[in-house]
Amino acid sequence: MTLVNDPIHRDLQQQRKKYCRFKKIGIRYIDYKNPDFLLKLVNEQGKILPRRLTGTSLKYQRRVAQAIKRARHLALLPFVADSLK
Amino acid sequence: MKAYETVFILTPVLSEAQMQQSINKYISWLKKNGGDIVHQESIGLKNLSYPIAGKTLGFYYLIEFQAQALIIQHLETAYKRDERVLRYLIVRLDKHAEAYNEKRRQKLQERAAASSSEAKTEKAKETNHKPEDKADTAKDKNEPENTHNKIKS
Repeated sequence: MTLVNDPIHRDLQQQRKKYCRFKKIGIRYIDYKNPDFLLKLVNEQGKILPRRLTGTSLKYQRRVAQAIKRARHLALLPFVADSLK
Repeated sequence: MKAYETVFILTPVLSEAQMQQSINKYISWLKKNGGDIVHQESIGLKNLSYPIAGKTLGFYYLIEFQAQALIIQHLETAYKRDERVLRYLIVRLDKHAEAYNEKRRQKLQERAAASSSEAKTEKAKETNHKPEDKADTAKDKNEPENTHNKIKS
């Protein structure tokens, strides 16, 4: 059992700072024709990773989702897979 | 005139001539209907992530163009009627997408220029005994960023 006086959430120094990779680097357009880049934002089964795991901001998460869905339409990414990576 | 981009997948069983014929058909369709072709690129044969119409390979082709919005629905019907086109996608480009595409085209041109100038310097070494003059003129024509030329010569 955790002690009463221990902090429940790790203090910010211990927690990894989550940031939006697009805002940080300054990328503004996510190309759907580039499946190698999109694979980073997709899990092993081909599912789109949630924002809370990747740290992406809402604006860019929507663009990412749109790009991935277009890539799936063009068969550059699968809809369903196993051991994609 | 709005900026659009279209990618279509042709069946892999076509011969080179037939593929070129299909591609030219759409290029001329666009020109006839008042579109300006900004860029064409053959992405080539690729493995599909899932089978489409029983095929596991597809020939991808990309066309960037500017056109009136009214012709897009007619382009879609043209794609649907064509038996050789497995999939198509027509996308309207916003300002960020256009900027990205321009940068990408510039990079491709730089790479093409670099590879062609390398070929020129190699030819010079074979034929001439003064490779340095030709290499210098080739460097002047190119962007200053091509450091690998200097390393090789």
